[in-house]
Amino acid sequence: MNIVVLVKQVPDSGTERQLDSSDNTVARASADNVINEMDEYAIEEALTVKESQGGEVTVLTVGPDGATDAIRKALSMGADKAVHVSDTAIHGSCAVQTSAVIAAALSQLEYDLVICGAESTDGRVSVMPALLSERLGIPHLSGARKLTVEGSTLKVERQTDGGFWALEAQTPAIVSTWDTINEPRYPSFKGIMAAKKKPVETKSLADLGVDAGSVGLATATSQVLDFAGRPPKGEGVKVTDEGDGAEKLVGYLAEQKLV
Amino acid sequence: MAEVLVLVETAPDGSGVRKTTLEALTAARALGEPSAVVLGAPGTAAPVKDVLAEYGAAKVLVGESDDIDAYLVAPKAEVLAQLVADRSPAAVVIPSTPEGKEIAGRLAIKTGSGFLTDVTEIAADGTATQVAFAGATIVHAKVTTGTPIYTLRGNSVAPEASAAAGEEETIAVSVSDAAKQTRVVDRVVEQKSDRPDLTEAAIVVSGGRGVASAENFSIIEGLADSLGAAVGASRAAVDSGFYPHSFQVGQTGKTVSPQLYIAVGISGAIQHRAGMQTSKSIVAVNKDPEAPIFELADFGVVGDLNTVVPAATEQITARK
Ligand SMILES: Cc1cc2nc3c(=O)[nH]c(=O)nc-3n(C[C@H](O)[C@H](O)[C@H](O)COP(=O)(O)OP(=O)(O)OC[C@H]3O[C@@H](n4cnc5c(N)ncnc54)[C@H](O)[C@@H]3O)c2cc1C
Ligand SMILES: Nc1ncnc2c1ncn2[C@@H]1O[C@H](COP(=O)(O)O)[C@@H](O)[C@H]1O
Repeated sequence: MNIVVLVKQVPDSGTERQLDSSDNTVARASADNVINEMDEYAIEEALTVKESQGGEVTVLTVGPDGATDAIRKALSMGADKAVHVSDTAIHGSCAVQTSAVIAAALSQLEYDLVICGAESTDGRVSVMPALLSERLGIPHLSGARKLTVEGSTLKVERQTDGGFWALEAQTPAIVSTWDTINEPRYPSFKGIMAAKKKPVETKSLADLGVDAGSVGLATATSQVLDFAGRPPKGEGVKVTDEGDGAEKLVGYLAEQKLV
Repeated sequence: MAEVLVLVETAPDGSGVRKTTLEALTAARALGEPSAVVLGAPGTAAPVKDVLAEYGAAKVLVGESDDIDAYLVAPKAEVLAQLVADRSPAAVVIPSTPEGKEIAGRLAIKTGSGFLTDVTEIAADGTATQVAFAGATIVHAKVTTGTPIYTLRGNSVAPEASAAAGEEETIAVSVSDAAKQTRVVDRVVEQKSDRPDLTEAAIVVSGGRGVASAENFSIIEGLADSLGAAVGASRAAVDSGFYPHSFQVGQTGKTVSPQLYIAVGISGAIQHRAGMQTSKSIVAVNKDPEAPIFELADFGVVGDLNTVVPAATEQITARK
């Protein structure tokens, strides 16, 4: 079973992040960039499927040159090879435009299964897999907390509020994984060394046959007009419990008419 | 007046609409006259028509078919796309649930439109407000192509009643094979709670790693019950097996925005803040005076949760 895993490089979600005031896009150059944490679950799942079904795992990312770090991480976990779509014209693209680029890149690959994270932690749009499913005309099994492969039938437990939905579809298909699906492995030293020799193919928009004018900030389907830091909260009250902490807490709630 | 399509989210047990629907109807009125779109199995619309009219639906467009429930998301997007083509609405507003976002994305591709997810406000000129980076940044954005599609984040807009005609129109539903690729074989409910729904509750009490065990979560539940609140948990508490995943608050859990959020034994990592930072009042109990949660707390108690919280619960109960 040939699997393509989609990964994205994002600013670390545990740090303060910013937009770039020159064009209102995510400030990537100044950020501490890491692989989108949610994509590690997708990679782990792809490797697990490969271990039981055989086949090859290809990593695909659309992003600036620096995104090679995310690719290396995926390769060091055990993916076989990678495709990196990089083109300055893509900067500032909206999700709709990016989905056209990813769909074009996928069309040049052979796959039975595409696995991606449920959301990227920078934009938190969480629609890329749905956009790709729509563009490619293949089924989407979303929010997976469990994936079972039985021949060409895919079974997914879709995480819901207080339970799950059992989903079923045929390959080729796209599965988006939730962080309840597995425990991503850490790259071993051997894996890190091996990753350095694994093939990474770089592609431009021209290689994909995508018109550079159809992507980028100028033709994005939505635009950020302006942004601002959230107004700081007024200084809160902090008390130290000396046997009266609960009383003061309840006093605050009463004052705010919350009890 | 321009028509705005509002996709209705019904309660899973068929008892009515989710609060998100009333919020979406309220927000949509800034853009024009809402038409509520009810899509589901036969019988979905009857119990919810009245409340939709009460909250401003001039029309209630009813598309009922077993195919809508039998397949994931795609049939709803297909019916909505047909409505957009037929009626040229000014905009489409959808509650921002995982399903809602998937529908919005598919609809955008089908109609050649742009979309904005998780908006907290929509202005009359179509400009939407979004909260980015775990609540640290406020963004204004606009759709520049096609029919603007918005998904509205829960608890951002207070639902306001505004009686309208609620005139019912039946729409013919024929789902194509392309939209019948992912079958929903079963819908399984694993936990049922008598407490209010986490995303809709006015008060949320959450416990973190500091609670220290699953048994000890009864301290959190006790405080929650004294306040009529929902219970939440940090990811560390969920990962440690103290509380089920469906109660996780934060970036990869639920986004809540209650009147009051009480964080107990939670340090306040950015990923946790992402799910609760827009709460109206924030109270924290933590034994570490340097815990980052105090930076956003309106009221903080530095102390041991094992003594402070049960005492507070007792006093709240005594006040009743
Ligand atoms: C991709 C990604 C997504 C994530 N998504 C989420 C998410 O959705 N939600 C989320 O919560 N986290 C999320 N996290 C994890 C996040 O980074 C933190 O690890 C997590 O929030 C920490 O939980 P905590 O505050 O309960 O635990 P800790 O950080 O360990 O804090 C425990 C706190 O309890 C206090 N404490 C201990 N004992 C007591 C006591 N007896 N009385 C009072 N106080 C006490 C301690 O002082 C400490 O401040 C995510 C991380 C990543 C990488
Ligand atoms: N530029 C990109 N390149 C490759 N994969 C992506 C890209 N953007 C999003 N994805 C994938 O789509 C998932 C959902 O992302 P999003 O819709 O941006 O929240 C991510 O977890 C990735 O797996």
